[in-house]
Amino acid sequence: MTLQDPFEFPQRTRAPDQPLLTVENLTKRYGPRIGCADVSFELYPGEVLGIVGESGSGKSTLLSCLAGHHCPDLGRISYDGRDVLAMSETDRRRLSRTDWAYVHQNPRDGLRMGVSAGGNVGERLMAVGARHYGQIRGRAVDWLGRVEIAADRIDDRPSAFSGGMQQRLQIARNLVTSPRLVFMDEPTGGLDVSVQARLLDLLRGLVRDLGLSVVIVTHDLAVVRLLAHRLMVMKGGRVVEQGLTDQVLDDPQHAYTQLLVSSVLQV
Amino acid sequence: MTDQAYNFAYLDEQTKRMIRRAILKGIAVPGYQVPFASREMPMPYGWGTGGVQVTAACLVPGDRLKVIDQGADDTTNAVSIRRFFQRTAGVGVTEATAEATVIQTRHRIPETPLAEGQILVYQVPIPEPLRFLEPRETETRKMHELEEYGLMHVKLYEDIARHGQIATSYAYPVKVEGRYVMDPSPIPRFDNPKLSGNPAIQLFGAGREQRIYALPPWTEAVSLDFEDHPFHATKAPHDCDLCGAKHSYLDEVITDDTGGRMFVCSDTDFCAGRRAKGHVGRLGEAA
Amino acid sequence: MIRIENLSKNFTLHNQGGAVIPVMGGATLTLGPGECVGLTGQSGAGKSTLMRMVYGNYLTAGGSLRVGDLDIATAEPRQIIALRRETLGYVSQFLRVVPRVPTLDVVAEPLLALGTPAGEARDRAATLLKRLNIPERLWTLSPTTFSGGEQQRVNIARGFAHAYPALLLDEPTASLDAANREVVLALIEEAKARGAAILGIFHDEAARSRVCDRLVDVTGFTPKAAA
Repeated sequence: MTLQDPFEFPQRTRAPDQPLLTVENLTKRYGPRIGCADVSFELYPGEVLGIVGESGSGKSTLLSCLAGHHCPDLGRISYDGRDVLAMSETDRRRLSRTDWAYVHQNPRDGLRMGVSAGGNVGERLMAVGARHYGQIRGRAVDWLGRVEIAADRIDDRPSAFSGGMQQRLQIARNLVTSPRLVFMDEPTGGLDVSVQARLLDLLRGLVRDLGLSVVIVTHDLAVVRLLAHRLMVMKGGRVVEQGLTDQVLDDPQHAYTQLLVSSVLQV
Repeated sequence: MTDQAYNFAYLDEQTKRMIRRAILKGIAVPGYQVPFASREMPMPYGWGTGGVQVTAACLVPGDRLKVIDQGADDTTNAVSIRRFFQRTAGVGVTEATAEATVIQTRHRIPETPLAEGQILVYQVPIPEPLRFLEPRETETRKMHELEEYGLMHVKLYEDIARHGQIATSYAYPVKVEGRYVMDPSPIPRFDNPKLSGNPAIQLFGAGREQRIYALPPWTEAVSLDFEDHPFHATKAPHDCDLCGAKHSYLDEVITDDTGGRMFVCSDTDFCAGRRAKGHVGRLGEAA
Repeated sequence: MIRIENLSKNFTLHNQGGAVIPVMGGATLTLGPGECVGLTGQSGAGKSTLMRMVYGNYLTAGGSLRVGDLDIATAEPRQIIALRRETLGYVSQFLRVVPRVPTLDVVAEPLLALGTPAGEARDRAATLLKRLNIPERLWTLSPTTFSGGEQQRVNIARGFAHAYPALLLDEPTASLDAANREVVLALIEEAKARGAAILGIFHDEAARSRVCDRLVDVTGFTPKAAA
């Protein structure tokens, strides 16, 4: 195993003409029931793809398949030119703790609640070979700052944090290794509206500044309008419509999307 | 019932073969935890059932066995196990580290350097170094398989963040030959440097957890640390009050109700040997 | 710069018996660099619909629609995203932003998206906000709390932050006082002078006659009543 300096991530070879993630005919069944079926899309560097749909529409199943938590029954996933499903588990797990990130809806699922904030942020660095306490701590302080957590909270455990802070800590923990692809499952769900706004702004800035590609699953159309470049609408495990986010929301073509858009309460 | 009702060294030959196979596999893959079918032994779990089974599988009639508990030959646990093998295997016993062929130990490595041909058997309560951070056995096995050891350093990071230094003082994890991270059993970290490059065979037996692992002679075992917080072997900053040894691991003994205390070598054989050669500590009497 | 040929648009209302409502047909329009064309017609005639189609916000039903080298009608979403980032600006009547983001950052965002250094982007934003008479004490506040006229000016500042080669302006001078209206018209004239193609909706006739080189009445694009 060759260990690169964990603080020096390789310079991104920017190839915006090549998709970062290509998904073809992805299908996952639970017995006779369809989890998701025939899902295909491409995600380019710097793009944010929103997936919306009601509960049970298959959006979470799709995300789990993409992130490698579930094994799809059919289809292909290719990341940066590599066949993800044919990859060895070692490679896939290494990918998912360096190049990929996964932000859970419930921060408790994505954080180590018994480990300090600094330890939570530093874990991925140590996992890729960082062995200098001072540098790890420096990076942790830097990332806590970026997600607006005061540096003096670095030794506190996440259990002492508010829900919004926990979610920001989870994001810092995930982004510290400069991943290129981030999966997010309802990242603003369960947060106060005011906290949501701050998180949305933070995510937008990170996407822009770091050139992240993001797949975000949510049922909140306001969130995707502000965050996602493109939108995929799912129903019954299938994609019924996809396109530019504002186009899908303002000029929906499919009956289900029209229903979904017209069902949103106006504030 | 007479002692002759038992097979040599208590265990039946098939069981010993099974354990020997596990030991050989452990030696072939240093630091890797080999599962084995741990037997019920005539003593409770936590009293060294793993070590006893490994010792039983290693003993041959010509062996001289030494058993220590926290470095001492004369504590209940050590005495019981020594008597157990005297009765069931009829092997010779000794308290002298240099004379022993097999040494079973709980929580110490003898001060006297070991030699080629000797076998050191450790009693291990929890063989899995990742256990306290990751409770799922399926996950820890996967982490060993894929060399995902970042979590070990998270524990050390937390130590430094909380205490200003690495506070783990026993069962300090080591990386074996750059591959497996291993729990050296609850020996003080003072003993960690002796794990590495040791001429003796070191075997680790966990009875309740049903795992055996090993360090073959001259195997490298590196204590995990940070570049800016390097590993240090530590001991109480005193000399032995009986033999005056400066560099042996010490036990603190409370001597009265008014704050009186003394520090003595935890390795009783080492201490006695020094006193026999005329070394005298602060409270010792000339031999 | 913008070339529209025989463009049509329908809305299909699946949840209202699948009613198909044709809203536009045969729309044809060409717009060159440095040119400003005003769309006219009754309310509901399809001015905003046409603008939204040019921006890629509404899908087209038929015909062709090119902005620069890109055919909007058939383009991939990411091509439209790139077009919007680099080439095609849009000042709508409504300000849609993440709540609680400071006004200065809202205005600087189009530049940041292009990779302009933050300091430079904020300087440009500050210049525009000053010119549009947004008091400096408001710059650190979110525009969501501003008055309608202030929001409109923030929206304009944001639309003019980057020197887009093509601009869509939907009622840019509505609800502005004389002084600010003058600033906006000057901004439009400067954009034209640097070669931007501008398609606009102006209800304000004086403004229209001042900046527009031509007027196109979209009433002519209304589809014939369904036979």
